[in-house]
Amino acid sequence: MANPKEVELLGLWVSPFVRRVEWALKLKGIAYDYIEEDILNKSPLLLRLNPVHQKVPVLVHGGRVVSESLLILEYIDETWKQSPLLPRDPYDRAMARFWASVAEGKVLENAWIALNSEGEEKERAVQLATEALGHIEGVIKGKAFFGGEGIGYLDLAIGWVSHWLPVWDEVGSMKIFDPAKFPTTVAWAGRFVEHPVIKEKLPPRDKMVVYFRDKRSRIMASKSHV
Amino acid sequence: MADGGEVKLLGFWGSPYALRVIWALKLKQVPYDYLEEDLPNNKSSLLLQYNPVHKKVPVLVHHGKPIAESLVILEYIDETWKQSPLLPQDPSERARARFWAKFADEKCMPAMKAVFCSEGEEQQKAVLEARETLKTLESGLEGKLFFGGETINFADVATGYIGFWARIVEEITGTSLIDAESMPSLDAWSKRFLELPIIKECMPPWDKLIELNSGFLKMYLASLK
Repeated sequence: MANPKEVELLGLWVSPFVRRVEWALKLKGIAYDYIEEDILNKSPLLLRLNPVHQKVPVLVHGGRVVSESLLILEYIDETWKQSPLLPRDPYDRAMARFWASVAEGKVLENAWIALNSEGEEKERAVQLATEALGHIEGVIKGKAFFGGEGIGYLDLAIGWVSHWLPVWDEVGSMKIFDPAKFPTTVAWAGRFVEHPVIKEKLPPRDKMVVYFRDKRSRIMASKSHV
Repeated sequence: MADGGEVKLLGFWGSPYALRVIWALKLKQVPYDYLEEDLPNNKSSLLLQYNPVHKKVPVLVHHGKPIAESLVILEYIDETWKQSPLLPQDPSERARARFWAKFADEKCMPAMKAVFCSEGEEQQKAVLEARETLKTLESGLEGKLFFGGETINFADVATGYIGFWARIVEEITGTSLIDAESMPSLDAWSKRFLELPIIKECMPPWDKLIELNSGFLKMYLASLK
């Protein structure tokens, strides 16, 4: 097991991307130091470690620096072999990566746009996110989790849907996360948030609502000044 | 050589994403059947069946099982055929290679597309932004011959298309994106990469690429009116 000081994670309390990495570290029993970043006032450390994107999460392990949350998951899986996140078979691994990219590129990206826009732009984004979630609905196929009996890479990648998407739906007055349309995904989400490792690291819902409401106002205000 | 079984690739001659999969297969000497899709308007029922989510090329089909998304395909190829490995062994080096592949796709290419699809003042702004992304890509080289050091790796195969795509945009729009003076390292890398025999022999003819993309631009501008 890693010495606590050997692994550091720069994060933001409300970020689903940071939580993914924490879930992965916890599932593998890796101890780490957590450093909370003030995103509106980025630290010199963050700017030095991630000059390209200046974003969290950033993982620091024995002097090695890794950014981009899905890449960090792969790094963690390759470095600590216990409780594997990705399946062994190359085809199954490809499927996990493919669906993660769909969840990221089509569900998350459009849900975020929908949250922070209105009118036609919002409608279109809701439609695209819903369509993509429709594809993902079929993937879990009678298993408890996307990873099978236990949580895996794809569960961690899609995990934000379980706790962040309902908040975004509320703040954005929309309904992407719809139990009527996506019963399998919603059922998975219920199981996911109840898992002890996951549950421990979920940001409080009421604080999230305030945070995203405020963020939405700021984004919408900056748009109207264009 | 691993017995990979039957390998098919659905592609389009003008697609840089299909091309980088071809580069990977050729570098590992994996035999495959190539199926040319008649894009953009006449997608085959096979493509729609194999890639219902995106309906795009490339799609790799191995033992009858389809895989879409070219970076996912590259990882699959590297894990299935172990000769001439694309990704390095060390996990943090692997993360670095993947980082630059992602950066090229998510930052450089969209920025160059913005140059391609704009005019006048808007285009000038887009050019500046695109050059910024290319300068950042250059920083990933860290002054080496290739992202892989002395030889190419996953990042070179994944990002190599940026080298010729930038020149296509430059030629069609009359702008300058990869400038030898301000980006000497990137400029040299792009030329060096495209001169590698296996890479070079797969390149579609230049004039056809210009013709194809000029055609796309005309269609796009017409659709705006």
